[in-house]
Amino acid sequence: MTQYLFRRLISIPLLLLGVATVAFFLSHFTQADPLSALVSERQMNNPEVVAAAKQRWGLDRSLPEQYLIYIQNLVSGDMGVSFRTRRPVLTDIAERLPATLELVIFAMLFGTISGVALGVLASRFQNRLLDYFARLVALFGSTVPVFWSGLLLLYLFTVKFSWIPGPGRLDPRADPPPFMTGLLTIDSLAAGQFDTFLNALHHLVLPSFVLGWSVTGIIARLVRASMLDALGQDYILAARAKGAGEARTLFRHALPNAMIPTLTIIGYSFAYLITGAVLTEAVFGWPGIGSYAVDSARTLDYPAIIGVSLIGASAFLLANLITDIAYAYANPRIRLE
Amino acid sequence: MAETAPLLEARDLRVTLRNGLEIVRGVTFTAEAGKVLGIVGESGSGKSITMRAVMGLSPPGAVISGSIKLRGEELVRAPERRMRALRGSKIGMIFQDPMTALNPVITVGKLIAEAVRLHNPGMSASTARQRAVELLDLVAVPQPEIRVNQYVHEFSGGMRQRAMIAMAVANNPEVLIADEPTTALDVTVQAQILDVLKSLQDRFSMGLVLITHDLGIVAGAADDVIVMYAGKIMESGSVRDIFYRTRHPYTRGLLSCLPTIAGEQSRLEPIPGSPPLLSARPEGCPFHPRCPMARDACRTEEPVLRPVDNVLTACHFAEDLRDGGAGRVTAEAERA
Repeated sequence: MTQYLFRRLISIPLLLLGVATVAFFLSHFTQADPLSALVSERQMNNPEVVAAAKQRWGLDRSLPEQYLIYIQNLVSGDMGVSFRTRRPVLTDIAERLPATLELVIFAMLFGTISGVALGVLASRFQNRLLDYFARLVALFGSTVPVFWSGLLLLYLFTVKFSWIPGPGRLDPRADPPPFMTGLLTIDSLAAGQFDTFLNALHHLVLPSFVLGWSVTGIIARLVRASMLDALGQDYILAARAKGAGEARTLFRHALPNAMIPTLTIIGYSFAYLITGAVLTEAVFGWPGIGSYAVDSARTLDYPAIIGVSLIGASAFLLANLITDIAYAYANPRIRLE
Repeated sequence: MAETAPLLEARDLRVTLRNGLEIVRGVTFTAEAGKVLGIVGESGSGKSITMRAVMGLSPPGAVISGSIKLRGEELVRAPERRMRALRGSKIGMIFQDPMTALNPVITVGKLIAEAVRLHNPGMSASTARQRAVELLDLVAVPQPEIRVNQYVHEFSGGMRQRAMIAMAVANNPEVLIADEPTTALDVTVQAQILDVLKSLQDRFSMGLVLITHDLGIVAGAADDVIVMYAGKIMESGSVRDIFYRTRHPYTRGLLSCLPTIAGEQSRLEPIPGSPPLLSARPEGCPFHPRCPMARDACRTEEPVLRPVDNVLTACHFAEDLRDGGAGRVTAEAERA
């Protein structure tokens, strides 16, 4: 197991290099010209300005040269400067990633807990009313688009009833906590700012519900299927045969087995949401990595695009690694190999 | 009353599945303390379903009628709470495939300790664990202190079945139901597992119900035998009578499928055809399409179980089997 983990850890930088390469060439092969983002339209006819800009951003070099320089910088931890914000990409990302992380963590918490609960209920009451209800909820979760459910809920709870605060992570009046992790709930608690904590939590409720609901659907369906599979196994009969009650049979004997396939989906969903929360971020004015990615793509901001790609890829690789470790922990048959 | 009542007694037990198929059709038997009752039959004969009904673990939606009494206590309509208290304490059950019957994500020790603690709520986890070690030792699992912390995939087939048995006898049950306990095992291991079961049964004077499709096992281990076919009892009696003086062509057919070591170089005779589908059970005697003795009466009238000589048999023409061709003497029967 340790050897396996070691091999996995070594492969991560190589995979990231591959991602950087693909992202680099893909973004450079588009027909659009990044100069339009760097130089104002009026100055485009001024050869000196254009040449200066090209030199300033390294666009006068050949593509392979640009690539080598980029990779060299990347290895030393420099992702370049965004064409659009004129700030280091790493700074931009460091500022926005925690917002997304916080949203995704809460969404995943909600999605996982509700998904597992619904899945277990559905399997226990298979083909009964509760099962149909759970399946309907799950189906809605995985099919209703976020821009629709998000806007609808935003309209209801913010505009109509004013129960939920408007866009952003905090009220403008709230006192932002000193930066530690970038997760406002944690930072505010650490700083003892309980009001800020509640305010941040209040802001998180709706977006993490909307984002998490899609996960609820996926997880509930998978848990239901794997629970039904587990409940049909002989070890369930054996558990009942030794006098185990209904709850013990479900949660002690069936669920741990049903969670093994589910772990993979939880890990995958987490990684996916890091870059896949774009719509939710857009609807709720959330200053996260998703909206940053969209803005970067629109302006052909190469460094930012590649930077976001790398973050997304890292999230996937990390989530995969953690999933594998959790998988081995949950499944003793894997652990010893 | 409790002392005189038989250990386990089923009267006219019927199990109807949710889809309306009657899968057990009026089964009556008695299992006694300190004895082994063998239940023999092909797949789908209803033997496992019968025993699941005894455990109160019938498939969802199944309807049970008739009577099952444990030391005089009626189980058929007993509340689930009472059944849960009996399962694993008074009645234990072991299953055919110990690989699938032991939870793969829980250590064997914890599975056994759970069986102990479910019926001894006050017991501490460490005492239960100690008891699990003792139980593994009892069923002759070597190095039980190490084995308790292992998972089922770290056990060999025979060791798995021993662990399963340890789990089932954790609370010294009065009845142990063994559903094909050796079918999934190597022949050499089969004998060891049977020895374990027999020695436990002697030691705790349990009633052992041994479900199997292997007549050889019954011959070696059982005191009494029930032969089931299509949800009914075809024949029942002592092992000796069934093997030497069977009065049913189905039993005789099963016996001629057994190889012997007695030196006769005769061909094994399989029973032609296969057991009827539950949904398309023939009229009359369910065995008649495969029976070499079938006559007109067999096609229209279902025979009832009746005493003929020393056995109970459900065949219209049981008397015809008196002379010649009755059960061949097998090596196992010799041993019994």
